Order: sequence, then structure tokens, then C-alpha cells
Amino acid sequence: MRGYRKRAVQASGLDRVGAAWLELPERFRSLAPVVIVVALAVTYPFYISSLPTNIPVIVQLPPLHDTVTILVFVMMGVGLNIVVGYAGLLDLGYVAFYAIGAYTAGWLASGQFEQVNFHLGSVGIAPSVRGIHISIWLVLLCAAIVTAVGGILIGLPTLRLRGDYLAIVTLGFGEIIPQFVRNADNLHGFDLTHGTFGISPIDSPGFGQTLHTSLGLPVTYQQDLNADRLFFWTVLGLLLLTLFCSMRLRDSRLGRAWIAIREDETAAGAMGIPLMRTKTWAYAGGAFFGGIAGAYIASFNSGAFPTQFDFNISVFLLCMVILGGMGSLWGVVVAGSILAWLNFDGLGNIGSWINTSLLPSSHQIDVPKYSFGIYGVIIVLMMLFRPVGLIPERRRKREIEETTHGPLDEPLYEMRGADEPGAGERGEPGPIPRG
Amino acid sequence: MSEAAPQKTGEDLLVAIQIRKEFGGLLAVNDLDFTIPQRSIVSLIGPNGAGKTTFFNMLTGLYKPTAGAVIFDGHDLTGKPPHTITKAGIGRTFQNIRLFPQMTALENVLVGMHSRLKGGIIGSILGTPRVRREEREARDKAQELLKFAGLLGVDHELAESLAYGDQRRLEVARALATEPKLLLLDEPTAGMNPQETVTFLNFVSKLREEQPISILLIEHDMKVVMGASERVTVLDYGEKIAEGTPHEIQHDERVIEAYLGRAAAG
Repeated sequence: MRGYRKRAVQASGLDRVGAAWLELPERFRSLAPVVIVVALAVTYPFYISSLPTNIPVIVQLPPLHDTVTILVFVMMGVGLNIVVGYAGLLDLGYVAFYAIGAYTAGWLASGQFEQVNFHLGSVGIAPSVRGIHISIWLVLLCAAIVTAVGGILIGLPTLRLRGDYLAIVTLGFGEIIPQFVRNADNLHGFDLTHGTFGISPIDSPGFGQTLHTSLGLPVTYQQDLNADRLFFWTVLGLLLLTLFCSMRLRDSRLGRAWIAIREDETAAGAMGIPLMRTKTWAYAGGAFFGGIAGAYIASFNSGAFPTQFDFNISVFLLCMVILGGMGSLWGVVVAGSILAWLNFDGLGNIGSWINTSLLPSSHQIDVPKYSFGIYGVIIVLMMLFRPVGLIPERRRKREIEETTHGPLDEPLYEMRGADEPGAGERGEPGPIPRG
Repeated sequence: MSEAAPQKTGEDLLVAIQIRKEFGGLLAVNDLDFTIPQRSIVSLIGPNGAGKTTFFNMLTGLYKPTAGAVIFDGHDLTGKPPHTITKAGIGRTFQNIRLFPQMTALENVLVGMHSRLKGGIIGSILGTPRVRREEREARDKAQELLKFAGLLGVDHELAESLAYGDQRRLEVARALATEPKLLLLDEPTAGMNPQETVTFLNFVSKLREEQPISILLIEHDMKVVMGASERVTVLDYGEKIAEGTPHEIQHDERVIEAYLGRAAAG
């Protein structure tokens, strides 16, 4: 069987393609897949409409409007990965950061505070409209910073806790924040969050009239004919920025400290890593990107509503990180995309495909109804058959390193069992008397 | 004369004064006085449960002493957190190896350099020339340390996949990366066979010759420390029962009674 396959590969010339591929510079080989994926993603709006809508099982790729929300969730997954994947702090309240980001956008770019009339770079809003209207680009940054500070405040009381206890406290914060926004419509007569109604409408991103006339950039996204495309490209850019920062942080002094804390907190402290400060930075880093994601989705939906910030979202994001492989960036992106897609389109699509192609009309099932049951089964199966995640970070890295050494024609060191004489030694073993 | 160190010559590097540790009703270390001179190898020995590791953990900040003070290099380090103590210049290994298993050998050593590097968040994200240079130099230095520790060709191996003896050596390399003035080795030869033990002790001697550091060795196996150390302190039930040169210790009645007695009889 294997020989046959080898011959088939040789006949098709694939082996030569493979060899040529291996001769390309390492840098190119590691970058090429990324470039291809990014190129496919950037051009997605152009070919989505020409793709078939009757693909078996998945029916169709997600429409542009849904991809925006999907990518925002992937972005939050990447943010949570800093806290859970890198630093190993089990955070069950990440939704709080999402909420803080969204409400910061609500406060800084809507008519929520009618008492004042403050405009700063806002687009598509008449200057006479009351409320705080700051340009969404600035709001994204403000939301990120406010949320990072929120992350530090949430992090501080939990820093001494480990494992389960930490999870319980973060879970509490994840519940407190949405409850607060739901009820903060009358703080001594002051309406902070507009309660269950949420804050709406929230301003749209855009570049304003001046940049429109000079550079042809859209005035506002919401009123643009290609609104979905603009929102899609922007969130793609934000996601790539998040990935870039996350990658740079991972390979930095701070990233190593996070991973060291995850691996062995006591040893990390003894190696000179200030545990409190380093963990706080992990919370702040994770929260930073959660804040951007929350503010962006608030602007995209033109509203922030307390019902959006369910505990389920924290669990859902955690599933992305676990499914992808803790600490693995590309794993989180792949698993996050799949899970978020399943959540918004996939389960519905698969359900309708099952109902039309497999089941008689008398026995139809409502697949999306069982969504969390299905995610649960996915996680259980994953833990049984591939507990390291879809794309485990470290092992992959090692494989890359090994290929750069070339074929292992000579062993780098001799391997011996721990109980054999001379175990752990290199070079000539010689006869060693056992003591 | 060539010593540019700020402290006066002859002064002890570490002075522990009347250190005491109680766990509830259990007295683990009882008013222990202990000094480590500059550039020396001293050993702390005692039977299992004598309080050696407890004392060790107080020096490195894992435990707070119930009473007493630790003066290191002129600074009071009593009850300071571990990272402050490491930064002050005390590096350590662990009795049961505590490497970062899912990090490569090189990364393990780089983590040890944490307190000596400066790269901040913004600089790391932007990849400023300063951070890149620092990172490059750190990697070079880490590779040198691995070489010094006799770990060749394993830079990118995960720590958990290394052979036992190599893991021990990697732990020392990682501790050296913290640029210690005092290196604390907690039962470094535990679990090693006699051949590995000899190799390791040779490595420790080489270390002392080539680097300006003091070494505190903790052992329960008395044979190990006799050849390696200049001065030996013996603990039993949290109290110092003897102190002196290896030769003196070997002939001390109380030590023989408390420690070697059974072995000698057997």
C-alpha cells in the first residue's frame, strides 16, 4: 500500500515538487502559507458571491455580514489566548472585557450622554446632535485602554489565586459586569448604561468628508453601499494586528515569562520573574484586544445590549483556545473560525442540509438548538483523541527546528534509558560499575 | 586587589542570623546562624527531614522566616519575594527538577535572564533595534551557557525530552543565567548514579574556578560533599549540630552519632 503510494507520487512528479519546496529558503516556506491565507481572506468579498450555495454538508461559506462577527470572535479568542494559553491563567470571565469595550464605545460614540455635546472627529453626525461623538478609530484605542485597566483591576484581587479558585473568581467578574450594565440605568438618578435597552445607536466608523474627497475613502461605513466589505476589511486588519502583537509578545521577554509561569509558577519566581506584575500584564494584554473587539462589534451592530454579554460567550471563547491548542496562535485562529462559524451559520446550514438530504420531512431536527451540546461533544472528543489541540504550538515549532537541521544523519546525542549505566552522559560510555 | 566588588574583602557574602521557621507546632529550623564567605563552596548536610530545604527556601524567598534575618551582599533580604532575591544575586536549582518542560533548553536559559533584560512591551511589539539587539545578545549568551554546562546540540529540544543528567545541568545553566553571586544547589546529585555524580561534581568545581561565585550545596549524601566543599554545616532536627572542614565533620562525634553512626554500624 505504502509502496504503491510512493510510486504514484513519483509518477505524478509530486516528489520533485516537494523537494523543490524544501530547497526554498526557510523564511519563505514559513511565510508562504500565511501570505496565501491572508490573500484569500482579503479578496473574500470579491469571490464570495460567485461561490456555490449548494455545497454538501456546509451548504455555503459564510456571507460577508456574518464573517465580521466571526472574525471579531476569533480576535477575542486570540486575546483570551494570551491569558489562558500563554500565562495559563484560567479566565472564565472574558466576556466582561467584551462588555467593557462595547460600553466604552457606547459612552464615547453615541447620544447616551445628552447632557453634553462633544464632537471629536466624528463622521456622518451633524454637529448639533447631542451626546459624546468621538471618532470610532479613537474610540477603539480608548476602549482598549479602558478595558486593559479593567483587566488589571479584575486581575489584582485574583493574582494570588491559582487554578480552580482563579476560575471561580473570574467567573464572578464575568457575571458582575453584565449585571451591572443591566442595572446601571439609575445610579442616583444618572443613566449610565440605559439598562436593559442598551445603548443605541452607536456611531459608525468612517473617514469623513475631507478624506473622502481627497483620497476616496468612505465617509461612514454604515451609509456606504459596500458597508459589509468595509467592516470586513477593517476587522480583518484588526485581527491581523492582534495576531502580530500576540506573536511578537509571545517571542519577547514578557512572553517567555508568561509561558514560564504557565509551566511552573514557583520556578518562574525563582528565576527572577515578578509573578504579580507579569500576570497583571497578561490580563491587561488579553483585555486590551477584548476591548477593541467589543468596541468594534458595538459600532458594527450600532448598539451595545446587556443580553449580548452572556456567560456562554466566555465558555465559547475558552473552547476556541482549548480546541486550537493552548497557546497556539494559528490553532486559535482555525478553531475560532470553525466554532464561530458553526455558531452563526454552520449549525443552521448543516441542520438544513441534514433535514433536506438525509431525513424524511416527518422527522426533522433543529440542529442549532443543540449548539452547546454539540460544542461539548466536540470538546470531549478532542480531549479524548487530540488533547493537545488542533495545532499544538510547541510541537510544531520543534518540527520546524528539526527540518532546519537537515536530515538527522548522525544523532545529536546518544539516547539511553534513565536506568541504564551512563544515562545522561554523552560520548564514550565505557563500562561503568553500578554503585 | 583586582576585585572591583563594592563590598570589603573578607566580608561574608551571606549571613543568616538566628533564622527560625515554625510550621504550626513543628519547629523546622531552630535559630540557625549561617554564613557563606565570598567565593567559597560550603555544604549543608543532614538526614532527611533535618530542615535543609526549609532553610534553603527561606534564603530564596519561598518561605518567610518566623524570626531572624538574611543579609546578602550588604542588603537585608529577609522575607523578600523570590524574584527580588534572584535579582539581588542568589540563583538556585530545585531538589526535584523544576524546569519549564514545554520550553526548549534555550528558552529555559532565556527565562533565567529575565531580571537582567530590559525589553518592554511596546519595544517588543515594534521590534525596536535596541530590543532586537538585546534579544540577539541574550540568545548568544544563553548558547554559551548551554555549552558551558556541557549541553551541546540540544538548544531547541524541549526540556522534558532531555536525559535526566542533562536536565540537572540545564537547571544549573538556567540558574547561572540569573547572574548569581551565590548559587544554591539543592541535592543536585539526587537520583544520579555514581558516574553521573562524579561528572556533576567536576562540573561544579569547574564552575567555581571559572566564575566569581560562591556555591551552597545541600546534600543528604555525606560522601558527595566531602570532596567538593571547603566547609560543611550539619543540621539535625532543625539545629546546627556541627560546623567545620569536611575532615573535622567526619570525625565529629555528634555527627557520627546522629548521621553516620547507623551507616558506619551498618
